[in-house]
Amino acid sequence: MDFLHDLIRLVPFEFLQYDFMQNSLIGIVLLAPLFALPGCIVVDSHMAYFSDAMGHAALTGVAIGVIAGTGNPFWIMILFAAFLALVLSVLKQYGTAATDTLTGIIVSGATAFGIVILSRGGGFSKFSRYLIGDILSLTDKDLIWIAAGLLLFLIAWYFFANKLFLLGFNRSIAASRGYNIWFEETLFSIFVAVIVTAAVQWIGILVINSFLILPAAASRNIASSIRSYSLSSALIALVSGVCGIIISYYTVTAAGAAIVLVLLAIYTITLVIRQIRI
Amino acid sequence: MTEYEPGKHCKQNCCSIIENLGVTIGGREIIHSINLHLHCGELSVIIGPNGSGKTTLLKAIYGEIKHTGRVLHRGVNKENTRKLRIGYVPQKLSSDSGSPMTVSDLFNATLTQKPIWLFHNRKKRHHITSALEQMNAEHLIDKKLSILSGGEIQRVLVALATIPVPDLLLLDEPVSGVDYSGLQHFYKAISNLRRTHDLSIVMVSHDISLSSQFADRLILLNKTIRSEGKPQAILSSPEIKELMGYGSIQPIESPEAPPKHHKGNEEKP
Repeated sequence: MDFLHDLIRLVPFEFLQYDFMQNSLIGIVLLAPLFALPGCIVVDSHMAYFSDAMGHAALTGVAIGVIAGTGNPFWIMILFAAFLALVLSVLKQYGTAATDTLTGIIVSGATAFGIVILSRGGGFSKFSRYLIGDILSLTDKDLIWIAAGLLLFLIAWYFFANKLFLLGFNRSIAASRGYNIWFEETLFSIFVAVIVTAAVQWIGILVINSFLILPAAASRNIASSIRSYSLSSALIALVSGVCGIIISYYTVTAAGAAIVLVLLAIYTITLVIRQIRI
Repeated sequence: MTEYEPGKHCKQNCCSIIENLGVTIGGREIIHSINLHLHCGELSVIIGPNGSGKTTLLKAIYGEIKHTGRVLHRGVNKENTRKLRIGYVPQKLSSDSGSPMTVSDLFNATLTQKPIWLFHNRKKRHHITSALEQMNAEHLIDKKLSILSGGEIQRVLVALATIPVPDLLLLDEPVSGVDYSGLQHFYKAISNLRRTHDLSIVMVSHDISLSSQFADRLILLNKTIRSEGKPQAILSSPEIKELMGYGSIQPIESPEAPPKHHKGNEEKP
């Protein structure tokens, strides 16, 4: 890592002289494909509300961590997110309420519980970093974890994405071909819950869902196949991530929100391109 | 190709068998006691009033809905009784999907392991084109699914359902939202499919007059099979008058009829 830091420092930009800026830029380059590629399926399968809700439920994970008395609630957050996604999937299978209603009920309940615990004695402000996110806090160790996560994801995505794209297109066709729909959808929603929760501390609960959805939403305006959809989605996330962090450095603002504003600008441009083409 | 007498050729033909099939959802019995022998090369058309369980029957046969009873395939001379290979063509897809998936993406996602988000797979292209040709849809291979008309999507989906060639091809209301001449071409193509591949086709249809021109048999469904047999026999039966409220002729469904915007998975039977 030290060698990498020295190497980057050779690039004559002021902001690249700081380790925390280097780490945040490396971090966003790794996080971009990790969010943008599955983001395509999230958009295709109408899961945007689910992923947003899972971001909010990250607070509950933090609260459980506080109750359990562990210093860093990271793994408790991850376990809780996976558990919540699994519970929702089971309820969806057997419940009678519409999926979005069910998600709303369960997740807002969990979030409210989290806020109540965290705000005891007026101490919520120390947890507000989860709301805004702080990508400048990325450590070398974090980066190695994210890189490992990205590698695992790419391997899994290589083998399973086709199935998910077919499921997003039409569940009945997938079912008639013998796919275990419930298993695949559950696994994917657990995965989405886990990446959203894991990255909340860097991107922020309030804007993390945009980071998942906007690249795909922008990309589908201009893409002509699944390949260009996926690859331009990853590229859009990467460019917005890097631009957002640099903008936030010079304007001294929260990086997560700056990234989302850049994403929105790109989304608007793709919308205009689509209108012109039609 | 000889004309099959429904129900009498199980000995010399392969056959898809549906035994005592029933579906109960939330304590409500949707369909019950369905018994069918569907012979290879035979086109059966299911008709019935709204809510009679037509879509539910198809979904139960291919296994998306839990059901009682059995569905199996029996080869010639009753050999090789095994699980049925099924191709399914759903009702019209929801039209709000803006996904840039192309026809060839759809085929590759379904038929290959090679990730469509990374490669344009050229190897299968010839295979896909010849499947599309059977439905006169080969020119659509690089088009986005989101810009195709209802009729074009149906033809693409039928072509998809024929790779690999199934024992039983299920089609759910492929006629809604398609103009009359398009419909005739569609029925002809379907009719040819069963001959070239010797497969059994079961189709849910609202257009009784047109579908009965091509069907080997009609199945009149209302919770269970009320009557089945050759089209002429069924169209003049007392049951059809009772259930459908008319004699042998049904007006062609208007193409201006409001399109159905629901996906298969959102539909509650």
